[in-house]
Amino acid sequence: MKNIKIKVDNINLIVPEGTTILEAARKANISIPHLCYHPDQAIKANCRLCVVEVAGSRKLTPACSSYVFEGMEVETNTKKVRDMQKGVLELILANHDQDCLKCLRNGNCELQALCQRFNISKTNLEDSVDALPMDNTNPSLVRDSAKCIKCNRCVDACQKGQEVHVLTHSHRSIHYNITPAYEMPLEQTFCVFCGQCAAVCPVGAIVEKDDTSKVWDAIYDKNKHVIVQVAPAVRVALGDAFNLEKGSIITGKMVAALRRLGFSKIFDTNFTADLTIMEEGSELIDRITNDGVLPMITSCSPGWINFIEGRYDHLLDNLSSCKSPQQMFGALSKSYYAEINDIKPKDVFTVSIMPCTAKKYEAQRPEMVTNGVKEVDVVLTTRELARMIQSAGIEFDGLEEDQFDNPFGIGTGAGAIFGATGGVMEAALRTVYEVLTGKGLPTLKFSDVRGLDGFKESSIDINGLEVKVAVVHGLGNAKLLLKQIERGESPYAFIEVMACPGGCIGGGGQPIQSTMDVKAKRIESIYKIDEDLPLRKSHKNPSITELYERYLGEPLGEKSHELLHTHYHSRDMKYNFEELLK
Amino acid sequence: MNSTKTKSFEVLTKDLACKIDTIINNFGSNSTRLVGILLDIQDIIPKQYIPREVATYVSEKMNIPLSKVYDVISFYGALCDIPRADYVIQLCDSVVCKVTGNSFLQDTITTLLGIKENESTSDGKYWIESTPCFGACDISPAMRINGKVYGHLTTSESVKAVLDKYNEGSVMV
Repeated sequence: MKNIKIKVDNINLIVPEGTTILEAARKANISIPHLCYHPDQAIKANCRLCVVEVAGSRKLTPACSSYVFEGMEVETNTKKVRDMQKGVLELILANHDQDCLKCLRNGNCELQALCQRFNISKTNLEDSVDALPMDNTNPSLVRDSAKCIKCNRCVDACQKGQEVHVLTHSHRSIHYNITPAYEMPLEQTFCVFCGQCAAVCPVGAIVEKDDTSKVWDAIYDKNKHVIVQVAPAVRVALGDAFNLEKGSIITGKMVAALRRLGFSKIFDTNFTADLTIMEEGSELIDRITNDGVLPMITSCSPGWINFIEGRYDHLLDNLSSCKSPQQMFGALSKSYYAEINDIKPKDVFTVSIMPCTAKKYEAQRPEMVTNGVKEVDVVLTTRELARMIQSAGIEFDGLEEDQFDNPFGIGTGAGAIFGATGGVMEAALRTVYEVLTGKGLPTLKFSDVRGLDGFKESSIDINGLEVKVAVVHGLGNAKLLLKQIERGESPYAFIEVMACPGGCIGGGGQPIQSTMDVKAKRIESIYKIDEDLPLRKSHKNPSITELYERYLGEPLGEKSHELLHTHYHSRDMKYNFEELLK
Repeated sequence: MNSTKTKSFEVLTKDLACKIDTIINNFGSNSTRLVGILLDIQDIIPKQYIPREVATYVSEKMNIPLSKVYDVISFYGALCDIPRADYVIQLCDSVVCKVTGNSFLQDTITTLLGIKENESTSDGKYWIESTPCFGACDISPAMRINGKVYGHLTTSESVKAVLDKYNEGSVMV
């Protein structure tokens, strides 16, 4: 590619052809203010905040959508530019609810940071916040259009990233807004609650539903035995909230922080991830050997489940009947755990820390009940846990490392890699291969299914039978595989689908600004955790063996079916046009 | 795997669905002609709007996301997403009508019907809205009722005379 010489604020730069002014300026350590621009998304150029002066042009030029040309001279800090940027900011602010102290994004808001940068405390313009009612009736996400700055990042995430097409821009002029069709609340749409919209929102217009107070209440309640499980993807992301290096592995400090918060026991979802592999692996073997429905598709990602239940409910038989690791943990916490500790299931209060907003929705599904009580009482996202730690005044970075408790504290490397796209597949292959062949794997690393490619496939020879597998992340990619199954052309036996780009490490509940670069670092860390662990195959987890011996019996056994498996149904807000046309 | 409850229909019938199919086919099921399709569909729906169930039907029929269909409906003033009325009274708000006194027309009609703009009468018969120029400048100030244009509406009597036709039921559309 051709290199191009330009000058930004009198700094000489050589950048490849096709670079935007905004990206070029970054190389000279100049951050041009922006709101609608997002490095992982298409150029939108609608906030007009990134305008700069280009020599030879009378008009100001948007830096996010203008490409560099040979000899271009850009100025980013002239009076004209700053006045314009300030004006744009004031206009945005005039139509934005400025009650910052009440906002979950206070201190972590791109609009707030820019106002600080331009020394705008309160706009001189008359406030006129013309907003739709708050959408907060679903368990996962809260949309507050009074804070929306109409940057369209969420629309991009919903339509282009996930291809869910729930959020759209609608109406015109002063009525222009970001809404689902007919301004329906999210639970009455095909929204899958993946939270990718919340993850890219520059302000507090879409946020996770904050459940931290429910957890505080439970911790302060002397009659409750409050336990917590932490998902594999949280330990490589939580550090972001405490300004640690991206991708830092902070497992020990995280456990220590949870103990200080007052949880009675701190457990590892990696343990039930291993359990999932035992059940799901056995289910796969059963389906292959007994001519069951193939390909079998993973069921760990609740955003994915919501998607297939909404749009592809004729393919529900392809889903593994296994509950997700979160719900398996919940089910065990209200049965096995309660029994061995002689606590009534209703007195065990199970919290899970997840990288995911859809997990909140999953936990309150009516079928997720064991012994008459909800399996998981409250789901907190990584962001909410960070807020609890900050709120408790815990200086995270200085904490001494602590360890997970037993009996659900041992997780293998196979459980750990559930957090990255391809991880469930790799973990399953490690176990299925050994169980079926009785031989050890030549290598534990399945490179084909690793990495950030949207679609990955591989095959493995098991007793002379070629088993083809595929891995996708992001729901747009999942659609392609579903269409293949619809046509009866799917060559695969096993498919892993994760709703969020990158897998759980890129979940909608992770710290804000989880860009693709950050996701890649987290994936690297996830595989490092795997490599450093002495146990890397789920069926070698001694706690799992003990659990089966003492309680569950065998994978796919009666007890397992009762506690660890579930069923799916189509979303109930659909219109049945076929019925009407009969 | 049990199928749970589905939403019931309030507007869409088998007959209406067949008519919609015909409209979509007339446009070659071409998604770039969605506006025309929606305008034609709106015309055959009582109260002249596109309800959610119909938009969903169009979206599934044409394989366009519902959110996109709604984006189009909400963008164009000629399309409406909430029930209007049997008779949609459109008041021209262009410059020529303004100069010749459309504010008088607006005041008169809202007083006569007892409703404001973008409201319908309690019996669901009339709805008032303003609209861009529909080309009746020569007889301005003008209004349009279900597509029929009335002009020179400068006196209370002239406005009342038009409404009377509809109240008596002498005009059928």
